[in-house]
Amino acid sequence: MVIYGVSFLGACYILGQLVGEFLAKWIGVKANVGGVGFAMLFLILAHDYFNKRKLFSAEAEKGILFWSQMYIPVIVAMSATQNVVVALDSGLLAILAGVIPVFMCFACIPLLVKLTKSPLNN
Amino acid sequence: MEIIVNFFEKNGLIVAFVTVGIISYLGFLISKHVLKNKIPGAAVSILLGLIVAYFSGLHTGGSKGIADISIFSGMSLLGGSMFRDFAIVSTAMGASFMLIRQTGLAGAISLVLGTTVSFGGGAIIAVLLGYHDAKSIATIGAGACTFIVGPVTGAALQASSEVIALSIATGVVKSIFVTISTPFIAPYIGLNNAHSAMIYGGMMSTTSGVSAGLAATDIKLVPYGALTATFATGMGCLLCPSVFYLILEKIL
Repeated sequence: MVIYGVSFLGACYILGQLVGEFLAKWIGVKANVGGVGFAMLFLILAHDYFNKRKLFSAEAEKGILFWSQMYIPVIVAMSATQNVVVALDSGLLAILAGVIPVFMCFACIPLLVKLTKSPLNN
Repeated sequence: MEIIVNFFEKNGLIVAFVTVGIISYLGFLISKHVLKNKIPGAAVSILLGLIVAYFSGLHTGGSKGIADISIFSGMSLLGGSMFRDFAIVSTAMGASFMLIRQTGLAGAISLVLGTTVSFGGGAIIAVLLGYHDAKSIATIGAGACTFIVGPVTGAALQASSEVIALSIATGVVKSIFVTISTPFIAPYIGLNNAHSAMIYGGMMSTTSGVSAGLAATDIKLVPYGALTATFATGMGCLLCPSVFYLILEKIL
């Protein structure tokens, strides 16, 4: 059933986000630390585990795939609810401090890719 | 009229589905016929979303884009962090654990480097534009990481509320700029595989910018970039008000 997939995804989400909350509390940070990341890892590992034992039906998988296809629409809704006015009207400092470091970070990516590329990947 | 407004408000999420469907349809139409598929439909739709948010903001004076218009209030639910994170997690289904493990270390390095470079860049600009106290500089530098790290750092250091507002604005500018620029810069920085996507996620820090930027570039890369980016806000909140602030105070 489709709901098994959605429920499975929801369980991974809740577990992951909770780990993120507790990890943040543990290291004394006022934000969720990697909750989504943990949830993704749980989903990958648990799905793999159940799939190998043939416990994951194609129907259940549809419940997860539906949400991954809803990803772009959700992002469109997110863009449509951003505070774009404040971003454009907040003056030179916010614009420079928001844009220039991004270019610096972009410039670091090829360098870091080269440095960390293991022979395995080539 | 009142009946319609009330009805739309009560059924906000469904109205949001319809609205996003229309925006996406227009986005894909423009991509295909006006831009001849040079810019992917997803990117155009996201950009249309931002334009809608801008004009809605001008119209209402609020901070939540189209969601401040009451009949579209459901957009803040569909575009809020719950649905966003839920959808991000679901994209992990197709991700390969092997690739993630291979790039794990590189992702961790990119997290530290991304936070450092963003903070440093933001701090330098704050100094150049006339800020001289470590608290304000650190708060603005933190805002250059993400729009959550800025106010968290500002609150921890007891920076003034104008500076905190400025740091949020800086983070919002960053998130929007990452969204728009990623598909254009991607070919030049080799952003076309899981390895570089994980590094990109860590370097850019902003989960919303990364998730939207990768969606506009290549949806297959989303899980890899999002995986590292989701640790970046925590990393920023950890480093900015502590280590980075102390270093800044030493220098000044």
